[in-house]
Amino acid sequence: MSANKQKKRVAAVEGWIDVDPKNPRLVGYKDDASGTYFFPKDVAVSRAPGFSDTPLREVRLSNRGKLWSYTTNHYKPPEPAISPDPFVPYTVAAVELTEERMVVLGQLADGVDPASIEVGQEMELTLATLYEDDENEYIVWKWKPVAA
Amino acid sequence: MSKNEVAILGAGMHPWGKWGKNFVEYGVVAIKDAIRDAGIEWKDVDFVVGGDTMRNGYPGYVAGATFAKAMGWTGIPIASCYAACATGAQAIEIARTRILAGMAQVALVVGADTTPKGFLAPNKGERTLDPDWLRFRLIGATNPTYFGLWAQRRMDLYGATEQDFARIKVKNSKHGFTNPNARYRQIYTEAEVLASPLVAAPLRLFEICATSDGGAALVLCSMEYAKKKGITKPVRISAVSTVSPTFPNTIIDMPDFSTDSAAGIPAPDRSFKDSISWAAYQEAGIDPSDVDVAEVYDLSSALELDWYENIGLCKRGEAESLLRSGATEIGGRVPVNPSGGLSCFGEAVPAQAIAQVCELTWQLRGTAGERQVAGAQVGITANQGLFGHGSSVLCTR
Repeated sequence: MSANKQKKRVAAVEGWIDVDPKNPRLVGYKDDASGTYFFPKDVAVSRAPGFSDTPLREVRLSNRGKLWSYTTNHYKPPEPAISPDPFVPYTVAAVELTEERMVVLGQLADGVDPASIEVGQEMELTLATLYEDDENEYIVWKWKPVAA
Repeated sequence: MSKNEVAILGAGMHPWGKWGKNFVEYGVVAIKDAIRDAGIEWKDVDFVVGGDTMRNGYPGYVAGATFAKAMGWTGIPIASCYAACATGAQAIEIARTRILAGMAQVALVVGADTTPKGFLAPNKGERTLDPDWLRFRLIGATNPTYFGLWAQRRMDLYGATEQDFARIKVKNSKHGFTNPNARYRQIYTEAEVLASPLVAAPLRLFEICATSDGGAALVLCSMEYAKKKGITKPVRISAVSTVSPTFPNTIIDMPDFSTDSAAGIPAPDRSFKDSISWAAYQEAGIDPSDVDVAEVYDLSSALELDWYENIGLCKRGEAESLLRSGATEIGGRVPVNPSGGLSCFGEAVPAQAIAQVCELTWQLRGTAGERQVAGAQVGITANQGLFGHGSSVLCTR
């Protein structure tokens, strides 16, 4: 386990997430002319019609939103998905970011019982290790209920 | 009355199943069936559109040429297209517009597919710029994941129950039971459906669409050509919708893991899925209340409920009551999926939207046999293809 401590924490997709566990954030873009946000940040131009000449500004998206829906998968997903062996069911949550008015999918954080969540409740961003190799831990975002 | 009408001269299918043959064989069977049904010969066809199958390599990517060659080159113009699940509607639209432009008289539209077993998965390789690859990699968001999200939301917002979802499956299994082209011909009970394993909760194995082999073809022609053939009252295509979303599209959909943001520009009044059939109704000058029969894309049992609202059979949040009233069963006010739908077929991607129109052709002719919807005069199909492809065909007689 001590070897783990030396591993570097990196975003599973470079530049998409701030992996600081104290302040996890998704990295997006904003087009200030139309007021529209974008995530993931792989867009070439603003996709708001008529705003393709507007510069995009890198922003940190808000890390809270409302649960839009959720589902628990009971079958092992095909590659390139990463799932434990033996397989355990996992829940995918769709959360509407309050400020950005956009729905972002993510897995429900480990240890949260899907029977305990309901559409409309407040959720927040958290981080988890998607996989690791000899040098790095590759970090992905997940959703968890805001502690009551 | 739509001015953009073409006649459906013939419809043909290769039965859906898991036959393990080359997709070209299925397409050729469907073509010959449609040509026979149309009362013409292959050499009468002056335009071919093929719906591409992406899983079958090079010939699958150029389906128009592949099928024209399989039937014997006649030197005619051809086209191929791909729009995921909406491929068939785009193929129909390419043929229709060419006929309406006076550049073709008799067009053949065909789509056929051979599918692998199990979940649809993205192409191989490390493709970190491809959302379809990333949704599997980062989130494990399979296609049924999206079906599960939409179904759960209906439960929380509109009070849908697991029994409602099972009832859709039971209804469609009864509809497709006598359909010779259906793959699954077995009548299920609600208890059997609810005893099948959970896949993407609340949805169960029997409620999620399989992938199938199959082929479907249509012979379309100008109204003048149909008249010359002595067909006074053909089934007509009165409108085709191939619309795309309007920004911002705020409903999460395959293969994305985020929606557009509505923080700057407000979401349109009409959602993408609502806009699909609306465009067809507008073009044809037909009201949703005129519809006698519908074929919609039941990728999951629960998704059929969304379509009831999207195609205007009822208001938002009322699909469950419409279902429970029996209105969407054969014998009800507006039967949905009399063919048995994807529930009985499984999806053969480039063929499916064409197969929907084949079913409407037989329903509007009154030749659908035991699954006939009595007196059907107006029918609509609805479907949506990955990456933002609307698909709806309005047929009248």
